[in-house]
Amino acid sequence: MRYVDKTVVGLSIAFVVLLFADFFMAEWMRFIGLQSLARGAVALGLLVLWRTGLVSFGHALYFGIGAYAAAMLTLVGYHDAFFLVLAGTLASGLLAFLLGFLLRRYRAIFFALLNMAFSMILYGVIVKTEELGSTDGFSVLTPTFLGYAPQGEAVQTTLFLFTLVFTYIVTVGVHLYLKTTLGGMSMAVRENEIRVEYLGYSAEKVIHVKYVFSGLVAGFGGAIMALAIGQVDPDSMANWNVSGEFVFITILSGIGNVGATYIGALVFELIRTYAFEYAPQVWQFILGGSLLAIIMFLPDGIWSLIDRLRKSEG
Amino acid sequence: MGILKRPGKAALLAGGLAAAVGLTAGAANAADEVVMAVPTFLTGAGAPAFGVPARNGAEVIIEAINKGKLPAPYDKSGKGLAGRQIKAVIYDESGGGVKQVAEFRNKVQKQGVDLFVGYISSGTCAAITPVAEELKMLTIFPICGTPRIFEEINKNPKYVFRTMGHATADGVAEALYVKANMPDVKGYTGINQNYAWGQDSWRDFDLAMKQLMPNVPASDKAQWPKIFSGQYGAEISALMLSKEPLVHSSLWGGDLEAFIFQGAARGLFRKKKLLFSVADTSVYRLGKKAPAGAILGARGPYGIFAAGVDTPLNNWFRKVYQDRYSVPPVGGSYQAAQGVLAAKYAYDAAAKANGGKFPSTDQVIAALEGATYQGLAAKVHMNRSNGHQAATKHMIGVLEWDKEAGGPIMTKVTEFGPDCVMPPPGVNGTEWLKGGMKGAKC
Repeated sequence: MRYVDKTVVGLSIAFVVLLFADFFMAEWMRFIGLQSLARGAVALGLLVLWRTGLVSFGHALYFGIGAYAAAMLTLVGYHDAFFLVLAGTLASGLLAFLLGFLLRRYRAIFFALLNMAFSMILYGVIVKTEELGSTDGFSVLTPTFLGYAPQGEAVQTTLFLFTLVFTYIVTVGVHLYLKTTLGGMSMAVRENEIRVEYLGYSAEKVIHVKYVFSGLVAGFGGAIMALAIGQVDPDSMANWNVSGEFVFITILSGIGNVGATYIGALVFELIRTYAFEYAPQVWQFILGGSLLAIIMFLPDGIWSLIDRLRKSEG
Repeated sequence: MGILKRPGKAALLAGGLAAAVGLTAGAANAADEVVMAVPTFLTGAGAPAFGVPARNGAEVIIEAINKGKLPAPYDKSGKGLAGRQIKAVIYDESGGGVKQVAEFRNKVQKQGVDLFVGYISSGTCAAITPVAEELKMLTIFPICGTPRIFEEINKNPKYVFRTMGHATADGVAEALYVKANMPDVKGYTGINQNYAWGQDSWRDFDLAMKQLMPNVPASDKAQWPKIFSGQYGAEISALMLSKEPLVHSSLWGGDLEAFIFQGAARGLFRKKKLLFSVADTSVYRLGKKAPAGAILGARGPYGIFAAGVDTPLNNWFRKVYQDRYSVPPVGGSYQAAQGVLAAKYAYDAAAKANGGKFPSTDQVIAALEGATYQGLAAKVHMNRSNGHQAATKHMIGVLEWDKEAGGPIMTKVTEFGPDCVMPPPGVNGTEWLKGGMKGAKC
């Protein structure tokens, strides 16, 4: 029972509940759920970095690579979701590994903005590439699942199931990783890097590993998003304001728990959906206003509500 | 196992998600109304000059349909669409294809929309077409211009319609106009946005010019700014230095106005002859600042080109629109209204064929396929792409400032028939242009 703690149990309960809910959920709710899982995965990557004291304003880079890698493979005839998502995830992970050699040397604002710079290079490349539809992007055909080709509503049901299973595995995996010695190094690096070095660990290596991790999950989120929506375009996949949304979700969630990122992503999607529905001309204000409110009243994110609740219980 | 005694965090996590799942109620719409989603640009660079006038045009028509106050030929068809009131859901088109596809699903699944009449940008239409067909949702594009919709993305549409001509018609009309009015032109260059609409506009104009005026060279340094970039300093410098005297541009909305302001300040319009595909939307907004002497179109017989069309329907529309919004309707207003009229026509015709009962979506589609209906400014012939793509007449002219009337006026206007500028049914636009525009009836 060494690995089973409250978080793992909570995630498992949520997993089982959602697994059954998949078959009863309203279509629109499932669709929002899918997007929340995809965005939440990226926020999970940011959470891993955040705990190390690093904020990235450029994770749309890995989200975009994941999405475009999966989408481009459909152009050349690959349609299996397992393969597409794996390819998107690995492509992002590989890029994160390579860029990590440079980025692990930077901290604070330099780290944040260098990430943004790289993501905007990807954005620029996509915008200039007419074969990839420039700013329009292109449509992604419905995926198959190991030979099973669902039709109609079953497409989203299957994709949700697929996403749920992998998100569960990834999230529990990240949680367990954060409990290991190397994972636990996050806070140490954030608080005092020199001490970490004297203890015999390389802070840069610690950061590099976490960076690759965050790249992998962001790529996973991107690939899922491409399949869920059936369209990729640079403004929704690789632009800096997409990176900003991920930071927004991370602030909204708080970094207290890996599961929080999905709740944060869901809240974000719901705010956006309803703001868009009821205030079509000022929905951006509502989104910005809610971020402001979170920062002012819940500086540690939604998760701090749960912490507060527990304190009052105890 | 303290977890089981006091679930705390674990249960909260699960409970929160389960609560979210509980939101399973769909939208409850009254049975006697038709929910019509009208996506158009309400924020961003596409909004002021194009999206908002388009929304206004749609609103005027929807209101009149609901009250049963449309003039002839729609005066005897009763209130609403086949007797049901339209509930319009107007929302923002900005944010790109991915966001709009997500929103499309949302509107269908969450708000129970019955049909879509909207989308301005070619990029959005290209992204929406596959998902509209997948969700079997009747979708009428009133505006967007890329020919790719029915030539590449979906060659066999069932649920998607477009109620105006596409970029090929613009390119051909412009080239015909240049040939007739500038026979000695020494060459042409262009500034077009680097996305479907800009790319297709330039390609079709260029191909038409190569057919009609094969000895006039095209520049190989045409400019490709990004959509909604708003800054054209470098592009204007390049255009000023180019040797070609004619500049083709399909910029629209806020981009167009930014380009006009920046170009005018640097004397671009004194040095070069400009040809704008979609500039009518700005002639009233810019007033005297609009470049007099420029050749311009409204992507058909719309906006300022329709000022003189003396029919009860058009006179009514211009008056109501002007009274309510204090400006005359522009191309976008006409085009959006024309899209809504297609729905009016199709629902009523389908109800008639259905013995007066409210028609199914399939019956509405059958009624609209291949139909000819009366738009505000001209007849709309749905006779391309298996009856899903419209052809209308086209008009190009030169913008001048009318000192006496104190307003902009179109001069030297040439009218082109629908079968002169649109490729014949079943023929791909690019191939038609390359093959010498066979079968064009001019």
